[in-house]
Order: sequence, then structure tokens, then C-alpha cells
Amino acid sequence: MQHLIWIIPLMPLLGAVINGLLGYRFIKTLGEEKGKRLISQIACGTVFISFLISLFSFIHLLLRPVDQRVLVNTVYTWFHIGNLKTEVSFLIDPLSGIMILVVTGVGFLIHFYSIGYMGHDEYDEQGYRYVSYWRYFSYLNLFAFSMLLLVLADNILLMFVGWEGVGLCSYLLISFWYRKQANAVAGMKAFVVNRIGDFGFLIGIFALFWSLGGHGIWTVNFRQIGEHAYLLAEDTILGIPAATFITFFLFLGATGKSAQIPLYIWLPDAMAGPTPVSALIHAATMVTAGVYMIGRLNFLYSMAPVTLTLVALIGAATAFFAATIGLVQNDIKRILAYSTVSQLGYMFLGMGVAAYGAGIFHLMTHAFFKALLFLGAGSVIHAMGGKQDIRDMGGLREYLPTTFRTFLIGWLAICGIFPFAGFFSKDEILWNVFNYSHPVLPFLPKLLWLIGLLGAGFTAFYMSRLVFMTFFGELRSEPAEPHGGHGKDAKPQGPGGIGLQGHGNEKIISLSPQREPRESPGTMTYPLIALAVLSVIGGWFGVPHFLDPVFGGHGGVAPVAAETGEHSTVLEIFLMMISMAVALGGMAVAAVMYLIMPELPDLLSVRLSRLYELLLNKYYVDEIYQAVFVNGLLALTTASARFDLKFIDGIVNGSARVTAAFSTFNGWLDLRFVDGIVNTLASGTIFSGSRLRKVQTGQVQSYLFAVLGGVVIIILIRTFI
Amino acid sequence: MNMIVLEHYLLVGAILFCLGFFCVLTRRNAVAVLMGVELIFNAANLNFVAFARFGTLNIDGIMFAIFIIMLAAAEATVALAIVLNIYRQLDTVNLDEADLMKG
Repeated sequence: MQHLIWIIPLMPLLGAVINGLLGYRFIKTLGEEKGKRLISQIACGTVFISFLISLFSFIHLLLRPVDQRVLVNTVYTWFHIGNLKTEVSFLIDPLSGIMILVVTGVGFLIHFYSIGYMGHDEYDEQGYRYVSYWRYFSYLNLFAFSMLLLVLADNILLMFVGWEGVGLCSYLLISFWYRKQANAVAGMKAFVVNRIGDFGFLIGIFALFWSLGGHGIWTVNFRQIGEHAYLLAEDTILGIPAATFITFFLFLGATGKSAQIPLYIWLPDAMAGPTPVSALIHAATMVTAGVYMIGRLNFLYSMAPVTLTLVALIGAATAFFAATIGLVQNDIKRILAYSTVSQLGYMFLGMGVAAYGAGIFHLMTHAFFKALLFLGAGSVIHAMGGKQDIRDMGGLREYLPTTFRTFLIGWLAICGIFPFAGFFSKDEILWNVFNYSHPVLPFLPKLLWLIGLLGAGFTAFYMSRLVFMTFFGELRSEPAEPHGGHGKDAKPQGPGGIGLQGHGNEKIISLSPQREPRESPGTMTYPLIALAVLSVIGGWFGVPHFLDPVFGGHGGVAPVAAETGEHSTVLEIFLMMISMAVALGGMAVAAVMYLIMPELPDLLSVRLSRLYELLLNKYYVDEIYQAVFVNGLLALTTASARFDLKFIDGIVNGSARVTAAFSTFNGWLDLRFVDGIVNTLASGTIFSGSRLRKVQTGQVQSYLFAVLGGVVIIILIRTFI
Repeated sequence: MNMIVLEHYLLVGAILFCLGFFCVLTRRNAVAVLMGVELIFNAANLNFVAFARFGTLNIDGIMFAIFIIMLAAAEATVALAIVLNIYRQLDTVNLDEADLMKG
């Protein structure tokens, strides 16, 4: 089994290469229908094979004794420089085992769903056809490959390759419909914001590498880093404890990839991409990379209580603020996007209180129900002909029964209703937060718990609002016409931030246009059903205990959450009751506002218009970023340009002028002075020559006479002086 | 005999040299110039012989004198050949007319 691990990431890569290079030819030679079928078979088949191998590896792992659940597959030595030997090797332990199951399992379902969703060609405003089908699946496979590489990597450098790979693929997929400016810009925004985080991640890697190297341990391998991490306890970098420094910068990378404050702004805009992409990238895989990374390096984070506190604070803040923004959004995908940001905040909150198992657990259940919700939303958008504004929808439960039922399950799961998946994982996190004993700030865990609880209430509210407005009541508008009304179907959502309101405006061209929402084809509903099943049973997997071998054994370097010893069942049940009550309360409020008294929301939005505007505009964060960073940079650029023009160019021109003047002077000097000297010398020589030639008479006697005169003079001098 | 000492010889030699040099400087005829040169040679010979007799040169002085006489003979031969050639070229042996070396 161990020797088959490398096939897991290889298969999607193979699919990406085949489809990327030959996909267009398939369609050309086999015809539209057969070609597309072949392409989707390759794309889904490769991921499915990966899933099967992942499943076998996982079972193999389960059959082993608890302390031997590590499978390593070294493929080849990547490079060997000095003491550093870096191998391309893959590691499956309980942590990455769960991750590959999520990535390949949910990934496969999303691939499958895409067959239906992307089945029709896309045209832009000018009627140009996107050469899309094969390109889409090639990107999707490439993304799966990168994510598997990230997850399976046995060393941090290989992980970084996957880390960058998913960044690239997210860029490619978000701006998949690249002819729309908003989409292209959204992809760029995601990429650039991620690069900021990646920069921090790289600093973290280097700091880690050099700090360990200072102790003679030159390695990037996770297990070796784990073995020797204790060496860093006494180290400092720039006066900061080494572990804190390293984990801080690694966390910066995580905030970028996992869309946490302050780098979360790319994710809502990223909804411009096709909906399955949103489900894959923004629910199941890429955005969880940061959480996974913290889990993978948990021993380092446990050594850095300051970073852990920061992680918890950022997580709680993100969970809360994103939830409040979600309250008033009207775009179905945007609500889910903010919900994702918020749920990721919960994961980080869990990680931040050293409850790594709970964080990963939530990551897994979230992958199930959020993928389900995204795909359900995709099904709704499909049925509505590309409309994404929930104010245009309503009453869809009659038209889309399967979508409705599965969506309901996802809704209950994310709200945290017993016994759906979200309940267990969210409760696990909140329970750990509540029981966490912070060494310096004793009130902090309770405060974080309260924030988390409030966020959960908000989540229940806005998700209920989404469900009620979409599926209940009366249908408020017809599905968009297949070819017309492009760009009109999505209502503007207040002033755009950084001008990037990636609205998506996905236009699905139905082969048989009709004016009534119709249930999506089987390729789209089957994955919904599968994910709904997972969302129901996902909570019973007992993941945290399964992960104990990975997250245990860090020897209590950090104040770990209260373990089984003081585990009070009564308290736990009480807390469960509270969070259930909060969730039900949120749902009830939403029911009152959107089912019983539909005029209430408008009333409230008028009464609380300031708050409403603030939330609707997402706290103006995009605008602040625009003002501070973009405009600031532009101003800096203008100033630099001016400085360049006035000062640098002035210096350059001045020096040029000085040089020119100097040259003129030099020329003058040369012509008049140097040439003068030379000419004078020459003419002097000619003159003296013309005089001296008279002396040379050619008469030996006169020469002799001169000699006589000279001798006489010498004698006289010798005699008298 | 004691009246005649080295100075007398040297005085005669100096007179001879001056006469020879005067002759070399003033004569226009190349043959006469050569005769002046002979006088200079002989002035030198006289000095050498005198130093051999009264000074410390002894036999060496006489040997130098004999060598100079030989050289003078050889030089006279060569010089006369040159003079003959000048005459053939310029139809004269007047030195002031042979100014081909003028700058």
C-alpha cells in the first residue's frame, strides 16, 4: 500500500495533462458530445482512482496499531545540497489521511457535478465562445493535484509547491470566464492577496530552516522538524522567541490562503468563478490549507502561546465579522462565501486553543456541508438561468425538490442542529474554547466562546434567511432568458470595493429554454445527495480521537485544553443546549422576519439604516483597502514618478549639462592650450632648426675650431674656478 | 747637458702641437692639413719619448711613439686616398669648397 501513495497525486496530474494537451483535439475529432464525454471521463476517472487509493490507504492505516499509523512513500530525491537532503516523499498519517479523503472524495463529487453544470458552452457579450470544457477540467484536475501535493507532502518545501499550485489554479479557475473583466480582476485579486500571505509563509519556512540549522539540524522534513522542535525553545529571532516568530509568519500565510482577517477580501470576489469551483476551492480544499498547515505543524504552534492566542483571536474575529456581513448580503453565492470565511474562523478558533483535532474535524464536516450548499446554490442558479440574487427567487422548493431537500440538510448542518455534522464539530470547538485555560488572560476563553456563540446565532439567521428567501414563499421572478439580459440579472450590491465586485453573472445556456425553473440533471443532483448523506453522518466519525496520535504527544508545552480528566458531562450537555438554543433562536428570528412578517426586514433596514449600510458594504473594508493600500500605493507611485522626473532626472540632466560644459571647456583647452603648446613646440623646433642649420657649415675646420674654443674654455674654467 | 730638462722637451712638443693645430685649422689645402696632423702626431711622439727618458714610462713610452708613427703612416695613406677621391669628385682639394656635410 505504502508504495502506491504516489499514484494519488499523480492521477489528477495525468488527467490535467491529457485534457490540457489533447482536450481540444478530442472535441475536434470525436465531435462535441463524444469529446466532452471523454474529457469528463478522464477528469472524473483520475480523481476517482485517487479516491479509491486514498480509501485503501486510509483503511490500511486504520488496521494498524494506533502508534504506527504512518505511511511514507519516498519517490525520489529532489535535491541534495550539503547537509540538506530533500526528497519528494508522501506521508499519510491520520491527519493527511482525512485530508486526502476529503480532497479526493468531495473533489470527485464536484468533478462529477461539473459535468452537468459546465455541460453547455458559454458565450460572452460579443457572442464569442469560450473554449472552455476541456480547459475547465484540466484546471480542475490540476487543482486537485496541487491540493493533494500540499496535503501529502512529507516536507515543508514540497508542501509549499502544492501551496503555490493551488494559488495558481485558484487564479486560473476564478477567472475562468476571463472575457468578463470582473472575473479576471477577481482572479487577480485572489492571486495577489494570496501572494501576500505566501510571502509570510516563505519567511516562516526560512526562519524555521535556519533556526533548526543553527542547531545542526538541516532539514525540511516534518517528522524531523517535529523531533527536533524542542531545540527551538530557547532560541530567539530579532528578540522574539523563535517558535513565535516562525509560527507568526506561517500563520500569515494561513490567513491568506484561508481567507482570514486581514486577508479575507479575496474570497467573496472569488465567487465570480463557476459555482463548482467555488465549492471545490472555497469550501473543501484550498481555503482549508491554512488550517491543515497549522495542524501539520501543531508541535511548533504549541510552543508559541502568543501565536496561538493570535490565531484564536483572529479566528473568533473573522467568524464573527464575516457572519455579520453575511446577514444582509443578497447574492446567494456571496452569502455562502462570507459563511465560508466565518466557518474558517471557527476552525482557526479551534486551532488557536490547541484543539487541533476539533479544528480538523470542523474542516472535514464543513467540507461536506459547504460543498453541498455551494453545489445546491449552483443548482439553483442553473435553474434560474444565471440569476444569483435571492430577492429574485422564492418558492423554489416546488420546482427543485431534490435540490431543496439536500439544501435543507446542508442548512441544518451549518446551523449546528443535532444530529447533523456541523453540530458535532462546531460544538467540539466551542467546548474546547470554553474549557481552555489561558495562562495570561483568564477571561479570554469565555469571551471567545461568547463571540463564537454569537457568530453561530448569526450563521443560523443568515442561512435561514437564504433558505427561506430562496425556497419558500412565491417565485418572485422568472429564470433569466438564455441569451438575453446578460449583466442585468444581478442587482448591484452597493458601491463596489476596489471596483472588483465579482458578481459572476453566470449565464447558463439551456438547450431547451423554458420560463420555469427546472430541476438540474442527474449528474448534478447525485453529488448533492451524496454530500447530503455525508453531512448527516459526518459528525459521527469521531475524528478528534482518531487524530490523537498526531496531535497528542507534544508534552504539554502549551496549556492544552482541559483533557478528559476534568471532563464534565453535565457541563458539556449544558453548553450543547445553549448552542442549540442560539442556533434555533437564529432560525426562529429568520422565520419571523422572512416567513411570517415579510415587511419586517425592510422596516428594520430603514430603522437601522446606518448599521444596515455598514453591513451591506462589508464594513467598507474593501474601500479602506482601496484608500489605504491601492490609493496609497498610487500616491506613492505618483510621488515617486514626480521625484523621478524632478529630482533624479534633474540630477541626470544636470550632470549631463555639467558634462557638456566641461567638455566644451576641455575642447577649448585642448584646441587652444594643449594644441598651442604642441604647435609652439613644433614651430619652436622648426625655428631653432632653421637657425641651427647655419651653424653646421660642413667645414671640418670650423668644427675643429669650435672644439678648440671649447677646450680653451674648459681649460680656463678648470684653471680659474 | 744638465741644462736640458723635461720641460724643455714638453715646451718644444707644445709648440709643435700648436703649430700643427694652427696648420690644420688654417690651411685650405687638404694635403697641408694632413701635414699639420703629422706635426700634431710628432708633438705627441716627442712628449712620449721625453717621458720615457725623464719620467716613469721607460720603454713603454718609446713603444707608444713607434706605434703612433706606424699609425700615422697608415692614416696618411688612407687620408691621401680620401683626398684623391675628393679631388676626383670636386676637382679641388680646397677644404672650404668640400662642404657636402652642411646641414
